[in-house]
Amino acid sequence: MILTLIFAAIAAFACSGLPGLFLPARSRLGQRMAALLMVAGGLLGLIALGLSIAGRPEGASLAAAWMMPRGSFAVAIDPLSSIFLALIFIVPPLGSIYGLGYWDQVEHARSGARLALAYGILAGAMAMVAIARDGMLFLIAWELMALAAYFAATADDGPETRRAGWIYLIATHIGTLCLFAMFALWRRSTGAFALLQAPALPPEAAGAIFVLALVGFGFKAGLVPLHVWLPGAHANAPSHVSAVMSGVMLKMGVYGILRMASLMPQPPAWWGGTLMAAGAATGVAGIVFAIAQADIKRVLAYSSVENVGIIAMGSGLALLGSSLGRPELILLGLCGALLHVWNHGLFKPLLFLGAGAVMNATGTREIERLGGLAKRMPAVAALFLAGSVAICALPPMNGFASEWILYIGFFRALGSDSSAMAATAAVALALIGALAVACFVRIYSGVFLGLPRGDSGARACDPGASLLVPMAALALGCAAIGLAPSLILPAVLAAARSWPGAGLATGEAAFSLAQAAPLGWISRAGLALIALCALGFLATRRARSRAARGRPTWDCGYAAPTPRMQYTASSFGLSIVGLFSPLRAPKNRRLSVKGYFPGESRLEGKPPALALDRVARPLGLAIDRFLPRLHLLQRGQTHLYLLYVLVITIVLLAVGGLGVPL
Amino acid sequence: MIQTLIHLLVLLVLPPLLLGFINKTKALFAGRRGPPLLQVYFDISKLLRKGLVLSETTTWVFRAGPIVTLASVALAGLLVPLGSPLAPVAFAGDMILFAYLLGLARFFTTAAALDTGSAFEGMGSAREVTFACLSEPALFFVFLALAKQTGSLSLGAMLGASSLPFSAAFAAPLVLVCLGLFVIILAETCRIPVDDPTTHLELTMIHEAMILDHGGPLLGIIEYGSAMKLLVLESLLLRLVLPLRFESAWLEWGFFVAQALLLSVAIGVVESIMARLRMRRVPYLLTGALLLCGSGFVLLVR
Repeated sequence: MILTLIFAAIAAFACSGLPGLFLPARSRLGQRMAALLMVAGGLLGLIALGLSIAGRPEGASLAAAWMMPRGSFAVAIDPLSSIFLALIFIVPPLGSIYGLGYWDQVEHARSGARLALAYGILAGAMAMVAIARDGMLFLIAWELMALAAYFAATADDGPETRRAGWIYLIATHIGTLCLFAMFALWRRSTGAFALLQAPALPPEAAGAIFVLALVGFGFKAGLVPLHVWLPGAHANAPSHVSAVMSGVMLKMGVYGILRMASLMPQPPAWWGGTLMAAGAATGVAGIVFAIAQADIKRVLAYSSVENVGIIAMGSGLALLGSSLGRPELILLGLCGALLHVWNHGLFKPLLFLGAGAVMNATGTREIERLGGLAKRMPAVAALFLAGSVAICALPPMNGFASEWILYIGFFRALGSDSSAMAATAAVALALIGALAVACFVRIYSGVFLGLPRGDSGARACDPGASLLVPMAALALGCAAIGLAPSLILPAVLAAARSWPGAGLATGEAAFSLAQAAPLGWISRAGLALIALCALGFLATRRARSRAARGRPTWDCGYAAPTPRMQYTASSFGLSIVGLFSPLRAPKNRRLSVKGYFPGESRLEGKPPALALDRVARPLGLAIDRFLPRLHLLQRGQTHLYLLYVLVITIVLLAVGGLGVPL
Repeated sequence: MIQTLIHLLVLLVLPPLLLGFINKTKALFAGRRGPPLLQVYFDISKLLRKGLVLSETTTWVFRAGPIVTLASVALAGLLVPLGSPLAPVAFAGDMILFAYLLGLARFFTTAAALDTGSAFEGMGSAREVTFACLSEPALFFVFLALAKQTGSLSLGAMLGASSLPFSAAFAAPLVLVCLGLFVIILAETCRIPVDDPTTHLELTMIHEAMILDHGGPLLGIIEYGSAMKLLVLESLLLRLVLPLRFESAWLEWGFFVAQALLLSVAIGVVESIMARLRMRRVPYLLTGALLLCGSGFVLLVR
């Protein structure tokens, strides 16, 4: 029953773009049917998840033979899958509603139907990844997801988009290659492709599988320095696709790491340590890179890198807890990480959708060309503010709840042998928190506050309901989790308890998450904060209603302040970027002033994509220089290629005959 | 219950007096008589009665800034123990809420400043968020060291670390952490050598630059909020440095108030005998605080 509903949901997702293909290019009907199917699929899926939580906490599974030569059609839904499925069933349907207004079929007659098709397949494939319990099936769904994301992200055809698309395609396939190797190794060590709890693995094989999973899934999740594809692809995709990619698709990488780690018994301590270190590096580097960006969607993309880093730190803590035999660390680490998966899956789409609304209204993504939009787009500004407060993990919004659980986990790990690691993670998280405040004050004020820079926002106004309703729904979710985190904690806790080793908490039966992390206090603090602010607003009501208005900013008495005298977003970020200058120095061409009456001069600054420009590009060029040697094989004659196929088949048969298992 | 009421009373009433003591100390050092100790109360009550001027550039964020800031600082004030060793609100992990409430205050102060569209306020807020990137990790090192020593995750119990039976292993870390914490307090409350609260040179200011365009009741709320932040942060240090206990609760509260005033005098002395650092050097000072607190923690790990 539960799985039937999930299959129905996946089918509705995957087929949502089909009707549009058979309708005229300038008809909105196809797009509306797609949105309807997406919403129907999402509702079906959520009902299934509700049934599964209410009735069968252990989940449901199904295994059937299929016509493929290897593996089997094995699917299952367990609490860990449910966490990720919930996001898949919420965010893409909201995004498709947003798409109705944002990517209007009439305006985008050429790409609209194609985008809807790829978007639906992306959502369906992600759901399939989350329930697949067989290596082959997993890889098929994974590749489908990667390709669908490529087609969805490159809907807006242009040179920059095309370049970002290629980089994404290359990165995702390097990742998939690692996964090929990982599943091959998995089958060799366990004897089957089935993703079931392995009783025992040789430590070298387990280590290799973990490293391959970390790299392969790390490419998708965006762990630094594997994040090279992420900013470009997110910035150039249509905003609702960016929202789904950032909010949900990156999490499939996290899911993969967690799933594989959960299948292997007795993780050694270096797994958790590595994951925590990678997470801390990813988090700090991601947010520093975000502060240096001039493009609002690139800022958001880099901040996704940061949030994946936070999730990885929590997952690392859980692994560390497994190897130290401390169930409470597993619970705290996983609860924090999984709750953050949800939280980031709500506030990041909210911010991307907000950025899309700004782009639609002004026609630019450059923060330096925007400003003062809060007056023209008050609803978008308020929703974006809610998202910004949430992503900075500030109370009373949801980001705080998950980071708070993580902090408690790190602090409780102080008593263990890994106290230095835990302390590093806690301080890194604090640094990330302070940097996130800087980053989001910077873009919120740059875009919405102050005076408009230039005339790009002259005719901007709040968008229609199809854009605002999904954003409001996401913001409501953020506020709800922030004010009552204990309401959804049971679902997250169920996933954490299903982790091997965490269920054995009976020895330390006294440990309960409610005691270790009293979330009730978070709710109370949030409510008190809101009440105090409301009180403050009431108390100053009279003064505000009598205030003298209609004058420009005093600004120490400047007679004619102009919008160009405002502090720009790049100046705002410069001092922080300066602190991390070894890590990232924006290439600024210095302004030189010559003579007493200097003429016109220009200042240009371009934040470099460090990993892309310094590492990935030289590497790619080196490979490119080597590749011409392969021209020897490339003769352009079909019969020669057929000969290659024959030769390789014979070689493979011969190798198989020698008894090497394939 | 009585303790909670006294806590609230002290939290709400005492803060401006601390500023009064700082100003008096600075005046005495400068050879002036200085304003009365209660001058800050008069200033705030005058500001609250004045009218408000709102620039046409600003939005509701500008008006929300001071209010949200005061609300979060007041809530943070309920999490720290003042006179009694127990804070009115104490739970596992409250120190993180404490730090993030200060973060919320920073978010809205800087956003409100940027809402005016003025270059000065932009500079002030850029500096504020930059320096916080160093002082916040330092504060977490303090928390880590105290949590490691006491095994507790609640601010009240953590700050009682030095009232535990004396252990030689904790002496050096305690000194380092307290020094670092003192620098953090100076930075977070915008005092010399990080920031000059009295300067009129906009280019070198942090906090004062951010509030240039706030006036009337909003400015009053800001002044009151920053005084309260001073008290709240001071109490962190006081609990650590002088963990003396008395039989009577009244004596304890009296002793706390005296301590807080004494620390304000100390801050006034630092302000009088030091010059403000050049803006480029402030990160070095804060990195120093970070190193002090970090070394304090490392000594405990060994």
